[in-house]
Amino acid sequence: MSTSLAIETKDLGRIYKLRGSKKETRKELVALQDVNLTVERGELFGLLGPNGAGKTTLIKVLTTLLSPTSGWARVAGADVHAEPDLVRPRINMVSGGESSGYGLLTVRENLWMFSQFYGVPSKEANERIEALLEMVGMKDRIHTKSSDLSTGLRQKMNIVRGFLTDPEVLFLDEPTLGLDVGASRDVRKFIIEWLKADKERTLLLTTHYMVEADELCDRVAIINKGRVLACDTPSALKHRLQKDVLFEIQVSPLNGLNQQMLVDQPEVTKAAITETETGAKLSLGLVEESALARVINLFTQRDVKVMNLNKREPTLEDVFVDLVGRSMAEEESNERS
Amino acid sequence: MAAWLGWVIESNWTDPFLFAVYSIVKPISGAAILVVMYGIVTQGNFDSALFPYIYLGNAFYIYVGAVMTGVSWAVVDDREHYKTLKYMYIAPIYIPLYLLGRGVARFITGSIAVFITLAAGILFLNVKINFAEVDWLLFFVTLILGVVMLALLGLLLAGITLTVARHEGFIGEATAGALYIFSGAVFPLDVLPEWIRPVGYFMPTTYWLELLRRSLVGNVAQAFPTLANFSNLEILGILLGLSLFFGAVSIWVFKVCDARARELGLIDRTTNY
Repeated sequence: MSTSLAIETKDLGRIYKLRGSKKETRKELVALQDVNLTVERGELFGLLGPNGAGKTTLIKVLTTLLSPTSGWARVAGADVHAEPDLVRPRINMVSGGESSGYGLLTVRENLWMFSQFYGVPSKEANERIEALLEMVGMKDRIHTKSSDLSTGLRQKMNIVRGFLTDPEVLFLDEPTLGLDVGASRDVRKFIIEWLKADKERTLLLTTHYMVEADELCDRVAIINKGRVLACDTPSALKHRLQKDVLFEIQVSPLNGLNQQMLVDQPEVTKAAITETETGAKLSLGLVEESALARVINLFTQRDVKVMNLNKREPTLEDVFVDLVGRSMAEEESNERS
Repeated sequence: MAAWLGWVIESNWTDPFLFAVYSIVKPISGAAILVVMYGIVTQGNFDSALFPYIYLGNAFYIYVGAVMTGVSWAVVDDREHYKTLKYMYIAPIYIPLYLLGRGVARFITGSIAVFITLAAGILFLNVKINFAEVDWLLFFVTLILGVVMLALLGLLLAGITLTVARHEGFIGEATAGALYIFSGAVFPLDVLPEWIRPVGYFMPTTYWLELLRRSLVGNVAQAFPTLANFSNLEILGILLGLSLFFGAVSIWVFKVCDARARELGLIDRTTNY
């Protein structure tokens, strides 16, 4: 690879034509729009956004599975649309939340077969399989048929499949989706160790878990409705908000109080509401700490009781709210409706 | 590698009973139904030259379904059932070769079915083959050429399958069913209306089945007028020419469909259908 860039996109766009009923005209769905990104070699780059933001579409384009409708993208120095044969030997991909694999084959057979497609010598492949399974804590399942594995273990097997071929650029699409807390932690630890072992390795990770992006990524691009809204290190993104004072408030049912009413308050810079079983959780950004009293006063007028209140440091969720105007959960429910 | 994978999937030895049903009982039952129908229609005239014509055509036609749909079914299998097609696609492999490899397993299971059907015909159903007079060279050359031709036709169907999100499982069966009528598998093409016969003449399977019959029961096959004016060598030449033509068309169609599937985002689309 001649360039120091592992991934580069320029005005990348993807529009899906949706087929409706015969009488309807064809609708278009803009999945990606004018995406301009550069990822350096050795970087762990995160794509953060709600479901339907375009993260998976971008990964599909970058892994040569989907043609862009505008712009271009290069991975490992080669154009993903015009030169897929140059891209494929250098990449691999894992999609989380799915149980792909041949159930009739054992874990070893599944992994070995894929290693052979990448030309890994058989002996070396077997050694790598054992080492990687050891790292993810499932070496004892090496001879188990994959149909007999739990969903989580099958996902771990797939994660091993992605790392097995030692790709220059690895794409992980929601790798911890559906995994329990312990397994997710193992996977995150494994990702960090894998990258540390070789500074030339590049990893692009999509997630809608803020903590995951914050904990793992060197840089994060926040994406929503197919557009990249911001791209920087997690700390730089959060630093943008440090002029605000952030509070997380657990309250009783809102009795008609809504996000707009909160944002309309001059001291409130942003507000996000998440419904809970007992009422709602509010994430508020205030111009100064003393403004909290006036917000509490607003609650009192509506007979909304404060059950818990925390002042906290800004997170990537706050950055998302700042950029989009809504929390990621709100954005997802809005997309669904 | 692909052939090995296909074999594991096809054989699925974990349930030998089901495998036996699939590989043995199914082809014999199919042949038995045909024999019973033939017996009723001809009032038991099993000495007619038509009987081995039908029986052998039906037996070798098993390859058409097995090899052709074996290749195209791999797309459905990997995309819908195992959800691995996208991982195959991003791997540095030549996808058509992988799909052809997956078809090898169906060729093996198909061969078992063909052998069992032929053995049952010879041993129990009075299908007369004089092994001393069999033209083995012609038989094996024709068989291999035909299987390669069927695999390439399978690639054409695989390409179409890639671009179809629903009903893709029926593409292979529908094509095999159509070829059954136009290839002279169970009746000579002369039986068809004259205007539709050119379809049969354009199908390589027509010449393939004719040559297989001639190699096994030469005189009986020549008793039918359809291709009686052609020598074995001429028919072999036509088969080779049509195989090359359809092979080239298949590879081209697959390339076009592959590009189309990438444009439409169909490589990893599952329908849960």
